[in-house]
Amino acid sequence: MQDTSVMRPTVPAAPAGDPLIVMEAVNKWYGTYHALRDVNLSVGRGEKIVLCGPSGSGKSTLIRCINQLETIKSGSITVDGTRLDDSSRSVDAVRSEVGMVFQSFNLFPHMTVLQNCTLAPMRVRGIAAAQAEATARRYLERVRIAEHAHKYPAQLSGGQQQRVAIARALCMEPKVMLFDEPTSALDPEMVKEVLDTMVGLARDGMTMVCVTHEMGFARQVADRVIFMAEGEILEQADPETFFRSPRHPRARSFLGEILAHH
Amino acid sequence: MGNSFGLGELGFLIQGLKWTVLLAAIAFIGGGIGGLGVALARTSTSWGLRRAMAGYIAVFQGTPLLMQLFVIYYGLGLIGLTLPAWLAVAIAFTLHASAFLGEIWRGAIEALPKGQFEAARALGLHYVPQMRDVILPQALRIALPATVGFLVQLIKGTSLAAIVGFIELARAGQIVSNQTYAPLFVFTVVGAIYFALCWPLSLYGMHIENRISRTAR
Repeated sequence: MQDTSVMRPTVPAAPAGDPLIVMEAVNKWYGTYHALRDVNLSVGRGEKIVLCGPSGSGKSTLIRCINQLETIKSGSITVDGTRLDDSSRSVDAVRSEVGMVFQSFNLFPHMTVLQNCTLAPMRVRGIAAAQAEATARRYLERVRIAEHAHKYPAQLSGGQQQRVAIARALCMEPKVMLFDEPTSALDPEMVKEVLDTMVGLARDGMTMVCVTHEMGFARQVADRVIFMAEGEILEQADPETFFRSPRHPRARSFLGEILAHH
Repeated sequence: MGNSFGLGELGFLIQGLKWTVLLAAIAFIGGGIGGLGVALARTSTSWGLRRAMAGYIAVFQGTPLLMQLFVIYYGLGLIGLTLPAWLAVAIAFTLHASAFLGEIWRGAIEALPKGQFEAARALGLHYVPQMRDVILPQALRIALPATVGFLVQLIKGTSLAAIVGFIELARAGQIVSNQTYAPLFVFTVVGAIYFALCWPLSLYGMHIENRISRTAR
């Protein structure tokens, strides 16, 4: 069979330090707009990365390429040893290992919280209903929303919905979680409950790539802060260094604007 | 002289009504299956499939149902394919309903927030569960009022089947009217029967429309 996923060595557990996500020379265009310019990024197992930058800088585009919600023009993306090519097989393999949390929650409104959480494990992994439900209840417990399992998304607050969305992604037991501005659509009083959930997840060792403007969160959990502008990675550093002495002038002005609001 | 309107005449109209209901049911079921296919093809990633379906819809939405019945009944006869009237009519109505329902449902699928598709894809759901479990249940709910509205149109549209010699309710009314010389009375009865069939459906359509707009946020 001519398939790259067959040719790759199937190493079940890669040694620690071996990167989980590798992006090499990734370029992405929207028509004539160059959205990602030669992006190189590698994410280690267990690493927590915060992506920041002005709007339109390509942060969301970058993480959406990791699970192929966006396709790239050139370069390569490898997730847990699976290189993303055009084959639907590689895309399926990657998507089932990568959890994603969206700005607008995107819960399925016609399903209960529990059904939202059991759908993918049953349909994608073929897990039996009872077991999927047990797993779902465990993760709903973890995001402290188990008592709402029977409700519909519309009956929950924004913060609760976003925690359900996190639980839904966790039910697939992903190797990495992508967060695309998870608190940007929330009322201020609900931001904390979602960030607390994310901090808890980070403490448990989840690999995380987060697009967020929550600099407090970045300081608290990030191993690395990456600053992007106009589709390029301009700077990356540990949060202490980045916040204390950003080197790139654009990073400096961005931080100035962001921190002025806090 | 003609007969007066009695139980026999009423029975004849009821016979016609049976055909009307049966035709509408066939058209609706056939059109429901066909329309689902059309809606999925229209929202697929294949350019060729989308174009082909757009062409089919343009033809069936752009020509009168009467003409479609004609072409399928007599046209197929011309090329040597003689179908029983009911089958020709069933095919014509199915093709007609598929085009309209397909377009109604396509609109509903496209009206869903993009995030619903993205969340389903991000979870690794394949096309079939994506559509069956996530997209279609929501889209069909949005499309329910328009779907019921089309069903009402379809019931009334079945009267056109008379053109190929089908004795459904309207044609039965015409025959009884000719026999009794009481067209005003007969067609009032026929109209009342159509009304009794369609009005509850319209009411139901309005009811679900209200319910949906109440729960919509």
